Amino acid sequence: MIKLAKKDILGIQEMTTEEITLILDTAESFLEISTREIKKVPTLRGKSVINLFYEASTRTRTSFELAGKRLSADTINISASTSSVVKGETLIDTARNLEAMNPDIIVIRHSAAGAPHLLAGLVRQSIINAGDGAHEHPSQALLDMLTIREKKGKIAGLKVAIIGDIAHSRVARSNIYGLSKMGAEVVVAGPPTMLPREVDKLGVRAYTKLEEAVTDADVVMMLRIQLERERQNIFPSLREYARHYCLNRLNLGLAKKDVIVMHPGPINRGVEISPDIADDPSCSVILNQVNNGVAVRMALLYLLTGGGQ
Amino acid sequence: MILLLKGARVIDPAQNTDDMLDLLIADGKIIQRGPSLQPPPGTQIINLAGLIAAPGLVDMHVHLREPGLEYKETIASGAAAAVAGGFTSIACMPNTEPVNDNRSVTEFILRKAREADLAHVYPIGALTTGSDGKRIAEYWDLREAGAVALSDDGKPVMDAALMRRAMEYAYSLDLPVIQHCEDKDLSTGGLMNEGYWSTQLGLPGIPSISEEVMVGRDILIAEYTCTRIHIAHVSTAGSVRLIRDAQKRGVQVTAEAAPHHFTLTDQAVAGYNTNYKVNPPLRTPDDVKAVKEGLADGTIAAIACDHAPHARTDKEVEFEYAACGISGLETSLGLSLELVHDGTLTLAGLIAKMSLEPARILNIPAGTLAEGQTADITIIDPTLEWTVDVNSFRSLGKNSPFHGRRMKGRAVMTFVQGVVKYDGRVARP
Repeated sequence: MIKLAKKDILGIQEMTTEEITLILDTAESFLEISTREIKKVPTLRGKSVINLFYEASTRTRTSFELAGKRLSADTINISASTSSVVKGETLIDTARNLEAMNPDIIVIRHSAAGAPHLLAGLVRQSIINAGDGAHEHPSQALLDMLTIREKKGKIAGLKVAIIGDIAHSRVARSNIYGLSKMGAEVVVAGPPTMLPREVDKLGVRAYTKLEEAVTDADVVMMLRIQLERERQNIFPSLREYARHYCLNRLNLGLAKKDVIVMHPGPINRGVEISPDIADDPSCSVILNQVNNGVAVRMALLYLLTGGGQ
Repeated sequence: MILLLKGARVIDPAQNTDDMLDLLIADGKIIQRGPSLQPPPGTQIINLAGLIAAPGLVDMHVHLREPGLEYKETIASGAAAAVAGGFTSIACMPNTEPVNDNRSVTEFILRKAREADLAHVYPIGALTTGSDGKRIAEYWDLREAGAVALSDDGKPVMDAALMRRAMEYAYSLDLPVIQHCEDKDLSTGGLMNEGYWSTQLGLPGIPSISEEVMVGRDILIAEYTCTRIHIAHVSTAGSVRLIRDAQKRGVQVTAEAAPHHFTLTDQAVAGYNTNYKVNPPLRTPDDVKAVKEGLADGTIAAIACDHAPHARTDKEVEFEYAACGISGLETSLGLSLELVHDGTLTLAGLIAKMSLEPARILNIPAGTLAEGQTADITIIDPTLEWTVDVNSFRSLGKNSPFHGRRMKGRAVMTFVQGVVKYDGRVARP
């Protein structure tokens, strides 16, 4: 087996296609464990994983915790408040303290882009970026790629449309990097206020109409609208957003017949995705994504602690 | 004591001088200059063969942090950094705690500068009380106390009506108004230049128009009211164009550029090193090119480093929470000399932008080596190659992205009023 020659998982951008494939293959082999009656293997017994979350998260934190536990690692969750960065312990001091306790892996989520990179440069432990600001969310993109590969048998050659607030989305960035590397054609769409400047230089085509992006798509990935953006005049109202950027039966009809619909969750029903699409097992793979998330995170923990050597 | 500086190449743009001359100094003044002077008995002679004697350098935009933020820098440590970087005169921004918006703070700064007895320190007073952009400060009083210009620096005046009043009132007192141009509504939340790199790094962007909108506004106010404006640290191509066009129309607008803005681009932020976090942010290669063109054609008259010393605790945090700024006084000349090495400026042109021009804008007695002038002299070794080491900085602020950079040319001696305040000469073969 090939070894993952990396200390940290900071982003998809710095990964090679070989590394992505290795992670996806490894994750695939772990999928079966979650279907067993006894969902635990001793692979990482004696290893410890700290989940350091500076931002609220249910799905990602639970997923990393379950991934560690199913591999018999000891997992500890720390919820910290970014408000304490002004007063109180700095991230650097927190990191040094955690390092002194000798965990094997630190999983970090932080509202500031680059926080995992700061940590990675400081401590000898492996760092997994579980989402940093609007920068990257590599484990999400990996689980998305695993889901696409599972449903479509391949990634190369597919047309993937990512719809919503691209500017503020780490999920969009990681998927743009990952899917492009794996040979997919990535298009994005959203109101111009949600498209980051020079986004085309990331290798995607950008549209301001959902319909243009969705046409002939093999995969449609909807992003969660953050409701507080309304106050920043990025869109006038949820009503108007939903009228033009909500994925529904009609506009999804422009996509390929066998299109799959994805969403990183949590979904705003009726805002970016209509309930009948979200709940339609013939196209929606939203819950498959969640299931694959555990396997992908098991693969990351396994490969970073020297699995396969 | 009488001092003879012998054999230097004297470059004095104020008098179009570039010659091998001797300078005779007594009582803090240049009393005579000419080829092969015969000094009176007892004169101390310093041989400067192979070196350049320039007017003492002037940096019109520094932050000395005192009063209130002495953990970042003091007037004494900042002045020590100045002379080590070749600067004999510096003008310090009012964003201290308390803000320099009144006579007593201005007088305090001048007293501390006298006690330090290194470089000349010229305080810049606040445009509005507390720099909160609401009420204009007492400019008459500030000027009497010794302030040479007015600015709210990093808290630019957003209220155009107030800015108009401030410019009119200041103009009648012959006090230059310096604006850090940034429309705070357009830049809200921004951490780096908005463009490809902010998109890639997921960092909120500061658009070039946040600077240009205010450059344009202040030029229009200066034009309408027949007053003048000085634009601090120009960072975008659009600003250079606006200033150039206004100067052609005869508007009284001057500008400065900072070495990091003509040396680095926003790509440097990749990696999230907080030493590259600066406001205005590092811009694109096109902006760097435009700033250099602006320096070359005279649109941008002065080079000022925006010396912004910070403590480790201000920088060793997440990029988002890190303070903005670079400790620049000790790298400014070295970086600016790169403009001579790459042909953007002549050596005399560069020296003018670092002495004569800022002295003219601030109307302070500096920037020339004429007979009878104060003997503020910077001796430059144009060929000395050296490596920037922040640990050797006199500044308390070690926050420099240029640590480890190789440079060619630096100040090796700095005279203030005829007295050696810095001597960094190394044994020459």
